[in-house]
Amino acid sequence: MTDLGTSPDEVQFRFRDDEPADHGTVTVDACCDQTNATAVRIEPGDDARVLLPFLDRLALVEVNFPSFGDGRGYSAARILREAGYDGELRAVGDVLIDQLSHMRRCGFDAFAPDKPLDEGDARRALEGFGNVYQSAADARKTIQELRHE
Amino acid sequence: MYQYDQYDQAMVDARVEEFRDQAQRRLDGKLTEDQFKPLRLMNGLYLQLHAYMLRVAIPYGTLNSRQMTALGDIADKYDRGYGHFTTRQNLQYNWIKLEDAADILADLSKVEMHAIQTSGNCIRNISSDHFAGAAHDELIDPRPYAELLRQWSSFHPEFTYLPRKFKIAVIAAETDRAAMRLHDIGIQIVKNDAGEIGASFYVGGGMGRTPMIAPQIREFVPLDQLVTYAEACLRVYNRYGRRDNKYKARIKILVHEMGAEEYTRQVEEEFAHLLEQGVEPPLAELERIKPFFADPAFEDGPKSVDRSDPDFALWVDRNTVRHKHDSYVSAVISLKPVGGIPGDATGDQMRLMAKLAKQYSFDELRVMHTQNIVLPHVKIADLHALWTELEAADLGAPNLDTIEDIIACPGLDYCALANARSIPLAQRISENFAKNGRTEELGQLKLKISGCINACGHHHAGHIGILGVDKKGTENYQLSLGGSEAEDVSLAKITGPGFDEDGVIKAVETVTDVYLEAREDGERFLDTYRRIGMTPFKEALYD
Ligand code: HEM
Ligand code: SF4
Repeated sequence: MTDLGTSPDEVQFRFRDDEPADHGTVTVDACCDQTNATAVRIEPGDDARVLLPFLDRLALVEVNFPSFGDGRGYSAARILREAGYDGELRAVGDVLIDQLSHMRRCGFDAFAPDKPLDEGDARRALEGFGNVYQSAADARKTIQELRHE
Repeated sequence: MYQYDQYDQAMVDARVEEFRDQAQRRLDGKLTEDQFKPLRLMNGLYLQLHAYMLRVAIPYGTLNSRQMTALGDIADKYDRGYGHFTTRQNLQYNWIKLEDAADILADLSKVEMHAIQTSGNCIRNISSDHFAGAAHDELIDPRPYAELLRQWSSFHPEFTYLPRKFKIAVIAAETDRAAMRLHDIGIQIVKNDAGEIGASFYVGGGMGRTPMIAPQIREFVPLDQLVTYAEACLRVYNRYGRRDNKYKARIKILVHEMGAEEYTRQVEEEFAHLLEQGVEPPLAELERIKPFFADPAFEDGPKSVDRSDPDFALWVDRNTVRHKHDSYVSAVISLKPVGGIPGDATGDQMRLMAKLAKQYSFDELRVMHTQNIVLPHVKIADLHALWTELEAADLGAPNLDTIEDIIACPGLDYCALANARSIPLAQRISENFAKNGRTEELGQLKLKISGCINACGHHHAGHIGILGVDKKGTENYQLSLGGSEAEDVSLAKITGPGFDEDGVIKAVETVTDVYLEAREDGERFLDTYRRIGMTPFKEALYD
């Protein structure tokens, strides 16, 4: 098993009540080959859909953002949630304040930024937008749904 | 016209506060310029050659007099008394101070405006037909669909860090007045054989260094699946669009490299999946939006004008366009006075246009991608009064779609990426043709100038296109012929070696001479070029 060296204590924000998985993650390729892996890390070029057959055994999926400008991880996250994955979905890497709310909407429920974020700024960013225009991986009602209740 | 409800207003207000916070964090050193840049870009703030530039979104190019007045006031208060209407149906201020940016956004939000997603690698402001709701040839007003997509694309959580910027146009007539197939996604609202309304999707068009015409990938998407289909198109792009090279990152390159068929197959697969996810807004939302765009109360009246003043008659002939109601026309206010800067308007002119819109056009104005302003619904009976006021304000140039109606990007006068100046060239060419009196004789002739390969001035789509290139450190211009952004869309071809500034002005005259010599009955420049081909033009230019 390839341990990529992440450990749960780097997680700065977590929006789950269960115990964090405390084992290292493997690459997507390794995850497909090994039947016992329970934690995996997705890189931007990986196809999240190859993980779909293994979702039952996964407790942690890390999605790496080597650079905040590479937005492929947002699609990866939604694809996993749309497929019913309900384990921890952790954004790691170049995760910044201004991406937090979008990431939450795409289904991320844990954040392990390379550089720790200012807690107050992060809270404000997550609370900033009261409503949303489009349905995503969170259960929020959209503005259009609210208008036509 | 669409009006915000409390939800729309709250979204924009929240964004102003967010930007204030971001700007503050930048000033406090919590954000590096690298980290701040995409955030300011997401709010339309660019750094240009001499100052910050702020780009204001004008959704589908429609605005009311209150908004136009506010734009004029901002020009006076925070800029140098003018603004620049762009080929994206937006407005740019060229001389903005970073310290003022949040205050400008706050002023804009008071009139339901913003600068959200007018730059950055996200879904940009959605463009549309500038005669929407007025055109005699449209199937239906396309703007409710554009508004639906505006909401969907605003703050989209998945598509804010796309490989590259993303532009969508929506039209609903066979006549294409929005360069629909030169957009990342072009949507034409159509009726199918069963008489139902739906959307044709064209994906992968664009200009820039690799111009491409979007192929149709779906003939008919039912209206209650429109957003879902767009979402599928974007998701395939977000996942597979190239990110290794920003010059190859637009969706046109993906569609081209993957092949339209394979791209379509993947979109259809994603679409089938997303249909299960229920991402489509309720159809009731479209029904809520539609009445905002209902026809105003048109009244019958005179159907012709008194032509005894020849200047007025000329303006009516050139700058007014047939309306769906026969007592009305759409009147085009030219922002191309001879020798002027294409698309520029002063604060005073903006306030005057606002006043005239209120008085004569049911409080509505449109921005055209050709950098002019439309009063969409003017009573024929009011035309003379309208024209008299326009003339007095230097807004009465009778040159719609003529060689004086030049599209030009900001070029080297403002833009950090430019190779050459565009504006002075446009000024000299319009002066030249005004002087030699050929404008009228040449008829419809679309001349478009870009200061570099990025093609912000649509030169690929010009009947005559001019591109500024850098040749050993001096400004040089390439000439191209035969482009069109309309329903007969085509990409212009380069004539041959480039010219210096004087040379290219002469060259434009030369190609118009060839046309006048060769044209047959009723042919436009473009038609003649298509019939006789490049050779006669080349011979005249280079032999
Ligand atoms: C002065 C600052 C500006 C900068 C730095 C800038 C930058 C760019 C760049 C880099 C591209 C090429 C994108 C690509 O091919 O991927 C582009 C395309 C374009 N820009 Fe600009 N631009 C500026 C101003 C404008 C203005 C003033 C307009 C409207 C008049 C405009 C409208 C467009 C259009 C229509 C395109 C080509 C269509 C397409 O996206 O393929 N830009 N711009
Ligand atoms: S075409 Fe080039 S010079 Fe002109 S505005 Fe665009 S980037 Fe600047």
